[in-house]
Amino acid sequence: MKTSSGRPPVWSYWIVLPSFVLLWMLVAWFIQSPLLPTPLNVLDTLVRESASGELWHHLGATLGRVVVAFIVAMALGTAIGIVMGRSRTTNALFDPLLVLMLNLPALVTIILMYVWFGLVEVAAVTAVVINKVPNVAVTVREGARSLDYRLEDMATVYDFTRWQRFREVWVPQLFPYLMAATRGGLALIWKIVLVVELLGRSSGVGFQLHMAFQVFDVAAILAYSLAFIAVVQVIELAVLQPLERRSSRWRQPEAAHA
Amino acid sequence: MLELRIAGRDFGQPVLGEISTTIERGDRICLLGPSGIGKTTLLNAIAGLDKTMPAEAVHGRDGIRVGYLFQEHRLLPWRTLEANLQLVGATELEAENYLGQVGLRGYGRYLPDQLSLGMARRAALARCLAVKPDLLLLDEPFASLDPVMAGELKALVGTLLDAHPGMAMICVTHDGADAKILANRLWYLDGKPARLQWDEPVGEPRLIEELLGQLRKPELSV
Repeated sequence: MKTSSGRPPVWSYWIVLPSFVLLWMLVAWFIQSPLLPTPLNVLDTLVRESASGELWHHLGATLGRVVVAFIVAMALGTAIGIVMGRSRTTNALFDPLLVLMLNLPALVTIILMYVWFGLVEVAAVTAVVINKVPNVAVTVREGARSLDYRLEDMATVYDFTRWQRFREVWVPQLFPYLMAATRGGLALIWKIVLVVELLGRSSGVGFQLHMAFQVFDVAAILAYSLAFIAVVQVIELAVLQPLERRSSRWRQPEAAHA
Repeated sequence: MLELRIAGRDFGQPVLGEISTTIERGDRICLLGPSGIGKTTLLNAIAGLDKTMPAEAVHGRDGIRVGYLFQEHRLLPWRTLEANLQLVGATELEAENYLGQVGLRGYGRYLPDQLSLGMARRAALARCLAVKPDLLLLDEPFASLDPVMAGELKALVGTLLDAHPGMAMICVTHDGADAKILANRLWYLDGKPARLQWDEPVGEPRLIEELLGQLRKPELSV
């Protein structure tokens, strides 16, 4: 993170997490229990699962569900958020429903979807989408409410098409809100996907956790969780951060003639 | 070209009264009046930004192109000048050309916030030209510029008007001197609700001052 005195030194990123792993290692060696494997045990399991192909199969299944649920939830939530943020009447009509959906426990949605539609893929992904859409809608609605009316007038005078208005006027203003929804969304969605898999799918990280739980295989539980955390981290570093840098460049242009 | 038949406009209390007049091609109108009287309200109504007004209040607007220079530049801050001009329909070459006309040749790749206030306003003026307007609306184009920049911009607007004789212009200002340079017709908006107290072609330049002196007198006595 940036402070007023500039960037902190690089080594400061490499203190707390390695210390934590070291502590884990010491405690694990000290108590010598299969219920707390050492980091090396976990790494061992990770390598074994990866070599057998199991890891990639389940990781892929989970990632696929996360991606589909994420795209659908973002698209729906953004549309609902914009409409509710732009129209007071629509907002008044649907706000109570939105609050209800926001507070509906994820577990309830998942159980109901499985009960009503059976243990199928569509029910699983739909349950995740229903859980996420209200969060996106609420965040984007905040952004849609604060759209600059002066740029709206400008777009009206200059006959912007609907697409131009959306792409050129709204999206850049909504970008910070979409980014917040994306970050929160990714974290929330993959956690819900695991529950969905645990309750009613026969593939994915959640399914594997379920199997490991039945035999108290803590090393496998940690190995699979860490693998997926790594995937999310890669998405953050490879997709989200570059996207954010590119889209925010206009905010701090080098002053040329100011 | 345009026929105004505005019945009135109020924001809680009446602001604009009945206004009916016509605007012809080549009209260069300076809209004067005390501050807060409703000049921008009238300009927005003419531009079609006032959704509460029926479409026939500004008869003939559908067929014409409008360029509006707002008080703030209102360029998209996340797009370069070039892209801002292209968004309203200019080609890349035309965009460069219009920027050249307002003295910003070579600035196409700059972002609006990298420019000074005067330059940004000129860039916004270039965008007005890029729609090849039949009607140019200017809302206090010379406000908050230093005298030198204001003078340059005034001369620039004059040149552009001469280059496009078929274009009509309405320029909101409260400086009678602007009218002397730019206008061939004068509107004076005043009253509660505000009406056009004066709507005549401009004669001798020095008459403008006398006229404004007369029009502004009642204001002082209130």
